[in-house]
Amino acid sequence: MNAIPEELKYTQTHEWVRVEGNEVIIGITHHAQELLGDMVYVELPETGSCFSIEEDCAVVESVKAASDIYAPLDGEIIAVNDNLADSPELINQSPYEEGWLIRMKITATEQLDNLLDANTYQDVIASEDSK
Amino acid sequence: MLIFQHSSKGRQNKAQIAITAPSNNLVPEHLRRKTPAFLPEVSELQAVRHYTRLSQKNFSIDSHFYPLGSCTMKYNPRACNILASLPGFTQLHPQAPLIMQQGFMACMFELQEILAEITGMPAISLAPMAGAQGEFAGIAMIKAYHDARNDTARCEILVPDAAHGTNPATAVMCGYKVREIPTNLEGDVDISALKAAISEKTAGIMLTNPSTLGVFERQIKDISDIIHKAGGLLYYDGANLNAILGKVRPGDMGFDVIHMNLHKTFSTPHGGGGPGAGPVGVSHRLRPYLPVPIVVKNKHSDNTFTYQWEDEQQHPQSIGQLSAYNGNAGILLRAYIYARMLGKEGMIRVAEYATLNANYMMQRLKNSGFEVTFPRRATHEFIISLRYLAKHYNVNAMDFAKRLLDKGFHAPTTYFPLLVPECFLIEPTETESKEAIDAFVEAMQEIAEEAKNDPNLVKNAPYTLPVQRLDDVKAARELNLIYTTTNID
Repeated sequence: MNAIPEELKYTQTHEWVRVEGNEVIIGITHHAQELLGDMVYVELPETGSCFSIEEDCAVVESVKAASDIYAPLDGEIIAVNDNLADSPELINQSPYEEGWLIRMKITATEQLDNLLDANTYQDVIASEDSK
Repeated sequence: MLIFQHSSKGRQNKAQIAITAPSNNLVPEHLRRKTPAFLPEVSELQAVRHYTRLSQKNFSIDSHFYPLGSCTMKYNPRACNILASLPGFTQLHPQAPLIMQQGFMACMFELQEILAEITGMPAISLAPMAGAQGEFAGIAMIKAYHDARNDTARCEILVPDAAHGTNPATAVMCGYKVREIPTNLEGDVDISALKAAISEKTAGIMLTNPSTLGVFERQIKDISDIIHKAGGLLYYDGANLNAILGKVRPGDMGFDVIHMNLHKTFSTPHGGGGPGAGPVGVSHRLRPYLPVPIVVKNKHSDNTFTYQWEDEQQHPQSIGQLSAYNGNAGILLRAYIYARMLGKEGMIRVAEYATLNANYMMQRLKNSGFEVTFPRRATHEFIISLRYLAKHYNVNAMDFAKRLLDKGFHAPTTYFPLLVPECFLIEPTETESKEAIDAFVEAMQEIAEEAKNDPNLVKNAPYTLPVQRLDDVKAARELNLIYTTTNID
């Protein structure tokens, strides 16, 4: 089992969130990329577009499936990871660093409290395994 | 090997050469190509051998058991094809005078009636050319219905995660937003999540029943009430009707629209992109929006009758024409012949044996130690999960599938539906014998033993096929299907 970074926050739907002031960086977890398999295509939102929490804001496509990525928080897209266009495999190789997806300016900081910490996310994965 | 690799520059077969070269004087100078076409230079016999050899490399229903879940790879009686190929059908031009089309139109009219009876829907259009177009027509009619009532705030289509994988794409094509509804552990729609997702924005729901989990949605009446009460409509993905033929009808379940893949259930071989046929059936409220043309039977005062095509003139609210003429005539004819050959009794037997075979195989696999994801009674297909082998022996569902090829079986559907890890979706169909089903179960048992005793044997399969593991990642990322002269040199 790959370590789940302590400093990040997580969602039930396997996105991770790195908080930097009122901005966040979002990606998908190691567990998510492992389930999906080799990435072949990533569709990212336009910079400047706004999303509400749980709205689908990006699509990652692997050899197995195309999956929606849900905005973990309300906010505006201020940057996307352009490297993924040519190298979607970065998500597989480095899900928490080079494989990041989007950077958002968040509008409702209180929503951060509802995200999961590393321990709770670990439990989410464990309960999926035993289902 | 490609046919270009058999090519040899300037090859001629002197024994077969034409006495006079064909003249190209009929083509105006400025329209003639300046460089010769890039064609392989092979003899007729070489071409025949090349393509025959390729066809022999295929895994197909004619040579192998093919339990590809959700796809219904069953035997299609040759008789359907032979009768649909009678010259009276194949030599009929769609613009021939109506009087010359009456026989064909009689078949189409009766097919509409038969499909209405099977689905419990009052009206049918045969126009959609394939499943995807049938789905599109279905949701386009739901949109036309809401628009005609000026009910334009409805912008969402609900899609359970156990619905067919194409459903969300269809909703998006028609301009809707998709809301996914989760499934509970029993394989039924999560009703409380459904209620939470319902709003004044709900245009409808797209359901597959039996779902892609291989189980019948038991709460369908409740779901139908909830959606209708909210002002939405119900769409039935009838890609595969094998499990319900003559047993239960979508119209009676409360659905407003259904599309049917005739090329799955009704005797047309499929896979590889068609052609198919995706007729739609509708409830009374959607009837005005059916795609045209539709065949009607007009009775005259002298008790004779003639068949007529009806188009937008008679159906001004129709979503329109979906192709130049009336759907895929050949596929529709095969379906008509299949239905007439089976009759109502035969249809019921199709459903009974499709479900019996699936349940028999499921029970045998369960007894052999395989994990059945939804152990209640299966419909025409069922799911097993191989996650135990993946976890303890590092042999995943893909490895297992490849090893099945070595044993002479086409693999079941792998990794679909997405919500079950390391899964196989297995559909034996009603046309397989008990011996074939037993042989498949035995192969599964053998591979499970191999996975435990010699995992690498399974991980490196297949060994007996013309190609081993293909690089599907490279194929998806750098797809290149163009063969150029530089490849030859």
